[in-house]
Amino acid sequence: MIQLDEIQKRLLMEVADLHKVPEGAYNIRSNSQAVGRNSTANIEIVSKENVSGIDIRIKPGTKHESVHIPVVMSQSGLKEVVYNDFFIGEDCDVVIVAGCGIDNCGNQDSEHDGIHRFFVGKGSKVKYVEKHYGSGTGSGKRILNPGTEVYMDEDSTMEMEMVQIKGVDDTERTTIAELKAGAKLVVRERLMTHGDQRAISTYDVRLNGEGSSADVVSRSVARDNSYQKFDAKLLGNAPCSGHTECDSIIMDKGRILAVPGLEANDVDAALVHEAAIGKIAGDQIIKLMTLGLTEQEAEEQIINGFLK
Amino acid sequence: MLELINVSFNVDDEGQDKEIIRGVSLKIPDDKLIVITGPNGGGKSTLARLIAGIEKPTEGRILLDGEDITDVSITDRAKKGIGFAFQQPVKFKGIQVLDLIRLATGKRLSAAAACEYLAAVGLCAKDYIDREVNASLSGGELKRIEIATVLAKASRLSVFDEPEAGIDLWSFNNLIQVFENMRKNISGSSILIISHQERILNIADEIIVLKDGELTAQGAKDEVLPTLMGTASALPGCVKSMPGKGDC
Repeated sequence: MIQLDEIQKRLLMEVADLHKVPEGAYNIRSNSQAVGRNSTANIEIVSKENVSGIDIRIKPGTKHESVHIPVVMSQSGLKEVVYNDFFIGEDCDVVIVAGCGIDNCGNQDSEHDGIHRFFVGKGSKVKYVEKHYGSGTGSGKRILNPGTEVYMDEDSTMEMEMVQIKGVDDTERTTIAELKAGAKLVVRERLMTHGDQRAISTYDVRLNGEGSSADVVSRSVARDNSYQKFDAKLLGNAPCSGHTECDSIIMDKGRILAVPGLEANDVDAALVHEAAIGKIAGDQIIKLMTLGLTEQEAEEQIINGFLK
Repeated sequence: MLELINVSFNVDDEGQDKEIIRGVSLKIPDDKLIVITGPNGGGKSTLARLIAGIEKPTEGRILLDGEDITDVSITDRAKKGIGFAFQQPVKFKGIQVLDLIRLATGKRLSAAAACEYLAAVGLCAKDYIDREVNASLSGGELKRIEIATVLAKASRLSVFDEPEAGIDLWSFNNLIQVFENMRKNISGSSILIISHQERILNIADEIIVLKDGELTAQGAKDEVLPTLMGTASALPGCVKSMPGKGDC
């Protein structure tokens, strides 16, 4: 039976939209302890033996099933590294919901570094959703450093939605992907930083197989004194197509660095990088003001839409 | 009623003071559809932007129902009942048509209720309600959505800055109906349209001509329109768009 306090429940709702125990397979980790776990006939979750973390094994042919593995931390000063490995058999169609919420009311830093590895079987389709959220009034920082590795077999598809909108003080995200023939990777990253926050996101995507493709798009907003770096590298090692895009709004004294990185090692590799950084267009604010919104309300609506 | 009293607007043009609007006084009475026309560069759009509060006059006063709104912000003018349709509709990333209509009404409108505004501007609502207001929409579609937001706002005075700009002639012919319908339901409000189009001029109660920043004519449509025909101020749209094929 899962026992969670109100703060933990609120974090769970923020990161995984969970109001109660999810259906299907799940593993809920709270303050470094597994507080609830459920395996199903097709999805098995077991603890790792030598390090902290879990193995999630999804049987070949598993369709329309989901796995939730949220992490919540409400104890100040906790620092953990967790290794989660996903073994997805051939011909699956599954949704994986991860995410981490930290509430830090103390003066010690809280840090969760989740290292996720995905082994996606031939022809499988995976949708991965990861939300990060921080809250709490303490002076201790809320730190999240996710490391993601994706190994995609032939003709597999992985769609990753990664969201960090509020309250995480420091984040370094590293995503590595290797794609075999016909594999398709789609990444949608949404990020907002405020205060003195810092967020660094690095991608290293290797298109190794013929007909593989990657589309990595980041939309972000940097407010106050925050800093963001988006460093997206695509390697085209075969006839393939790749696209990265950084579309950002800066406000106040926010700063953003977008680093394009394209390396074509095959004459039929078609790689594109786009980056646009700027403040909110003045005519967008004026349009919403002519509808009766104040300048501040107009900015909020524009940002909400941009990050939707 | 909106009243402009001796309104001027100057800009700095490479160190020189350039007069865009020169001492314009006019009245937009209730229950009337007024069209401002005149040659390009004559100051029409600037005048519309001065009324919406996007620009502030260098001199003169603007009164709405007797209240001086010259120094009132765009937001507060909108709240007092001034609506404004942009000549170049603004595009957004992520904001959907439904969002924009909801913001215009100031209510959390149901999708079905929002669809009525789209239907009123001749858009098949279900195809558009979830669309983002971005460059994936054509100029004509964006224009209709822009007009739908002004309809949804239900203003005391709705200002349309060149609704014909940027859309093809055939789309515009359909848009005329939208303005004709607005004309029928004008009671308790007024409409100001900046336009060159003869068909728009034809549904006006009054026409104002603005040239080189000055008001050169103002009066009932039947008095002013005949003096404009054949001049650069008002050519039938098809003549302008399709030289040599004037009879359409």
